[in-house]
Amino acid sequence: MNSKIKKDSKKRIFFDNASTTRIDDQVFKEMESYFRENYGNPSSLHDFGELAKSAVESARKKVANLIGASAEEIYFTSCGTESNNLALWGLARALKGKGNHIISSVIEHHSVLNPLKEMKKNGWNISLVPVDECGLINTKDIENEITDSTILISIMHANNEIGTIQKLKEISLIAKKNNIIFHSDGMATAGIIPVNVRELGIDAYSFSAQQLHGPKGVAALFIKKGTRIKPIFLGGTQEKGRRAGTENVPGIVGFGKACELAKIKMEDNIKYISKLRDNLINGIINKVKNVKLNGHTTDRLPGNVHISFKYIEGESILLMLNMEGIAAASGSSCTSQALKSSHVLNAIGLSPTMAQGSVLFSLGKYNTAEEVSRLLEVLPPIVKRLREMSPIYKE
Amino acid sequence: MVAYSKKVMEHFMNPRNVGEIKDADGIGEIGNPVCGDMMSFYIKVKDNKLEDIKFKTFGCGAAIAVSSMVSEAAKGKTLDEALRITNKDIAKKLGGLPKNKLHCSNLGADALHKAIKDYLDKKGK
Repeated sequence: MNSKIKKDSKKRIFFDNASTTRIDDQVFKEMESYFRENYGNPSSLHDFGELAKSAVESARKKVANLIGASAEEIYFTSCGTESNNLALWGLARALKGKGNHIISSVIEHHSVLNPLKEMKKNGWNISLVPVDECGLINTKDIENEITDSTILISIMHANNEIGTIQKLKEISLIAKKNNIIFHSDGMATAGIIPVNVRELGIDAYSFSAQQLHGPKGVAALFIKKGTRIKPIFLGGTQEKGRRAGTENVPGIVGFGKACELAKIKMEDNIKYISKLRDNLINGIINKVKNVKLNGHTTDRLPGNVHISFKYIEGESILLMLNMEGIAAASGSSCTSQALKSSHVLNAIGLSPTMAQGSVLFSLGKYNTAEEVSRLLEVLPPIVKRLREMSPIYKE
Repeated sequence: MVAYSKKVMEHFMNPRNVGEIKDADGIGEIGNPVCGDMMSFYIKVKDNKLEDIKFKTFGCGAAIAVSSMVSEAAKGKTLDEALRITNKDIAKKLGGLPKNKLHCSNLGADALHKAIKDYLDKKGK
């Protein structure tokens, strides 16, 4: 948009780490030889294939290790959306003889909600539990929905928009008690906060490389050993027949490295990013009147700053920030192709005006205190300017 | 970012005629925050001409640019001329709008026309 800013990449600030993350240089380096030299197909018998296969298996261990799983429980896919689709269709179809009822929540990602919508058309019964104003599910609501035909519960670990972290352990206990399979979409959490599928008692967990400084185009689904699942891609016998298709070897290698780094650095990263987050939240609240922090005050992702600016609209804020080289996101209807404000913001009962004025700043390990200061410098005048233009603004 | 034309961005970053007219001869309000955009137009009429126009807009980049362009296009025009300005004209003057933003341009001229009608109604009474 502004060519001067675009050319000077040093000035660009990425506060949209919920959408994707910058690949770690070490990850990128690790991947390189699997494009150029070790480009074999893991299914091939020759040395090229063998090398690729051992790289995939070594990555599988690292990916499994991130979430406390064993390597044989990790299935590689092409993206988070595929992992969620495989989990929902695959588990539900494997359990079809047992029942046809699935419980999920109203704030799930579209890669869960839209498959569920389609499944509803295909004979499954779907119940979506609500959330409170902080985005938390009341586990009693899940319990109340359970019937004899409930086969699957799918609840996201943390919400990608407002950052609220659900009480997965409580939900898994309910699932276990009722002999129901429990899947969780961990796209916003894996590599960001500690995840241990054993401690949490989860049967299936989706997570993606691009959310944890790995490459795009590769993700995983953890399926607990002994859990039945039907494939949605039919073809070769890759991934033990549960996900046909030639493996994205460089991507998987990168995913492995990214998981390894995320695990080693997790505590430091959480400390560092939460501090930036808190400084940004406090800075905005101190400098700008009539704002509201959405989401949960404590059960919140380390990098999540989701704020509604009263009287103004999110896309306008994003455009002006973009002119300053700052990237953020919004749940405003004006920013969505469908022209609908975010279903998550509706679900927490945010008023339409406040949903329109919402901005998500999602922070990551590459953000700095200087970048937060810069945002705190440019944001108040932008809000002021837009408010002065707004017919609903009252001082 | 959003695929806005240069003209849209120019009007968005430097909108003309932002504000209110305290003793406006006509006021036109359209939209509401629930549907996403809201525009208020204020006009001052002298010798059947739009002597002054001011607007306030709650909405996206397109909504603000459209408001600005409407105010610029109508200022100094006779009431008849201003009533003939269409939403299509405004979108065209802005070098086009992304398809899903055309509804924003549909508000601009409507809000202005509403202000003119408000003036004519008051005058008629």
